[in-house]
Amino acid sequence: MDLTALLLQQMVNAIFLGSIYALIALGYTMVYGIIELINFAHGELFTAGAFIGVIVLSALQQAGWVESHFVLTLIIVFGLAMAYVAVLGVAVEHVAYKPLRNSSRLSALLSALGMSIFLSNGMMLSQGVSDRAYPQVFGLQAIEILGARITKGQIFIILLAIALMVALQLFVHRTRLGKAMRATAQNRTMARMLGIDIDQTIRITFMIGPALGAAAGVMVGLFYGAVRFDMGFIFMIKAFAAAILGGIGSIPGAMLGGLIIGVIEVGWAAFLPSAWKDVTTFTVLILVLYLKPSGLLGESVSEVRV
Amino acid sequence: MVRQELQKLAVYAFFLAILLIPMLGFRSASFEPDRALKIWGVFVGILILNFIVKAVRGGRAAVEAHKEPWTERTRERISRIPRLYTIGGLALLAAVYPLMANNYMIDVGITCLIYVSLGLGLNIVVGLCGLLDLGYIAFYAVGAYTYSLLNLTFGVSFWAALPMGVVLGMVCGCIIGYPTLKMRGDYLAIVTLGFGEIVRLVLNNWDSLTAGPNGLFGMKRPTLYYPSFADGGFSWVAYYLKSLPALYYLILIIVVLTIVGVRRLDNSRIGRAWIAIREDETAAELSGVPTTWNKLLAYALGAAFASVAGAFFAAKLSYTNPNFFLFMESCIVLCIVVLGGVGSIPGIVVAGFVLIAVPEIFRGLENYRMLAFGAIMTIMMVVKPEGLIPASRRKRELHATDPHPHEESDGRDR
Repeated sequence: MDLTALLLQQMVNAIFLGSIYALIALGYTMVYGIIELINFAHGELFTAGAFIGVIVLSALQQAGWVESHFVLTLIIVFGLAMAYVAVLGVAVEHVAYKPLRNSSRLSALLSALGMSIFLSNGMMLSQGVSDRAYPQVFGLQAIEILGARITKGQIFIILLAIALMVALQLFVHRTRLGKAMRATAQNRTMARMLGIDIDQTIRITFMIGPALGAAAGVMVGLFYGAVRFDMGFIFMIKAFAAAILGGIGSIPGAMLGGLIIGVIEVGWAAFLPSAWKDVTTFTVLILVLYLKPSGLLGESVSEVRV
Repeated sequence: MVRQELQKLAVYAFFLAILLIPMLGFRSASFEPDRALKIWGVFVGILILNFIVKAVRGGRAAVEAHKEPWTERTRERISRIPRLYTIGGLALLAAVYPLMANNYMIDVGITCLIYVSLGLGLNIVVGLCGLLDLGYIAFYAVGAYTYSLLNLTFGVSFWAALPMGVVLGMVCGCIIGYPTLKMRGDYLAIVTLGFGEIVRLVLNNWDSLTAGPNGLFGMKRPTLYYPSFADGGFSWVAYYLKSLPALYYLILIIVVLTIVGVRRLDNSRIGRAWIAIREDETAAELSGVPTTWNKLLAYALGAAFASVAGAFFAAKLSYTNPNFFLFMESCIVLCIVVLGGVGSIPGIVVAGFVLIAVPEIFRGLENYRMLAFGAIMTIMMVVKPEGLIPASRRKRELHATDPHPHEESDGRDR
């Protein structure tokens, strides 16, 4: 493989990984935009999505749907995983965030962290400690462009991620609910005075953000072929780095940040010792927070918006 | 009222079913609903119990409104016993414990004490200064590896390595503390988490220095020297603290010193500055508290205590490996601080024993340990954020709600 092909290949991998990080980062950014708190349980919600995905997909595969109704199967898998995690997200909000909305930040952070530990261990107990294999539905057929191999699965996942992000952007900017979300993020007291149901807006944010994370979870499962109860942890940190890098609270920022983290990680793993690639992400995270805490596309901290 | 509650109950039960049954019912592709339904039943049972308790209490609320809850009364009663007696009694119990217990129990006691000293150290950072540190276990690792490496390569003794470990721990505390000084709580939490992972990954990947995942072994135990006049001359004889009771007394002394140290800090000018920072950093800064310096100091001192505990841990086991320092360990220590009461020294001592010893007693339920810890953390924050044995100051501040409505203190729009 010559150098152009190698670079192109790594580029494809980076975009692929980056769009997954971006989807997860969107969940952080939206929740942060609304309640100015990090959703610590986001990584676990992502994992839950991946587990529901594997459960549904295995069941449908046994029923033979993968061969007969391929597209419908994918729609059902993604739909159910996202719906389940949306409910779970609201449950997390209801248990861990809502009672603490007027307490100190520390209390809310600790309760969210507790929720995250609870969910991750709950999944370990219910789904087992070892990897759960995802049925391989896309096969290994690949398209070759200038020597770089792109599998069908990768193309599908990248397209779906882009579609979800576009849909989110339209939702936030074109619908009433999206407007309510933006208003709540800008100034909660004012929004309440103008008749916006704050509780409902927060709940919807906790549905959409985790649902996007769940889609990312299914994508990771489909591509890497396995899920594990603790895989949310590393993805959480990377997606968080992406959200910070892009500017937390900013949706385009999360997408850009995801892409950059994807490029950094793939680039590192391709050319430098890959055992250290996670260290790089953490270092990027710390450097960004130190040098430019508002991120690339973020507003100044007082003017965070969705 | 009752109708509304019943409706709520039904909604909760319904959503619990949605959440629990798919996750618990499908381990492979086949559907086995027994387990899922059982656990769902448990959850719904708790909800119903809660409902009944609420209904009964609601009826009696008018009568009992003026009565203090039993926890308050118990605390009142305990606090009436002279302090000297309680502390003296506990000290005596701690001192004679190894004489009554078998080796396994002493070992559990040592583990408890290690976690108590970690909890006390983290208490400085989280409890007093209000900085959420999720990578605290990294400093424990620094202590453990400093002693291991110094002892294995240069033969440095435990006592000589201890101050070096403390200094290195403090330096690491400042390294992580400095870039994060300007950040707010949640950023800080993630950065410290990242830092903790970096330390673990470095230990895991730097094969030539740390032997990677295999870990280091063969460190000498701590030694005591006593003079000997056996053969006419005078010489120092080394006594290795090998037996469990000896190690127990060593960690007991470390914990007592830690308690004294943290107590003194808590009541000092520095401690007050930390609390001021925790409550409102801007106001503290404006009142002339040097916030930067004090935050760094909190990190450094917290790290120092963890480092001592780490050195002891490595010396006790004669073995370390990076997997002792997982993120989960940080969570356990944090859970001890939360359960005991943020900022409360007696609370943390009690919580340390409860959270470490109780899972040892119920060995069969070991897998559920972290599940319970997570639940405890959330429930404590929602129901009783001041912890089991609240620090007096913090209690006043958290429960000043009704007579004086608590103003939002971080100055942001809510």
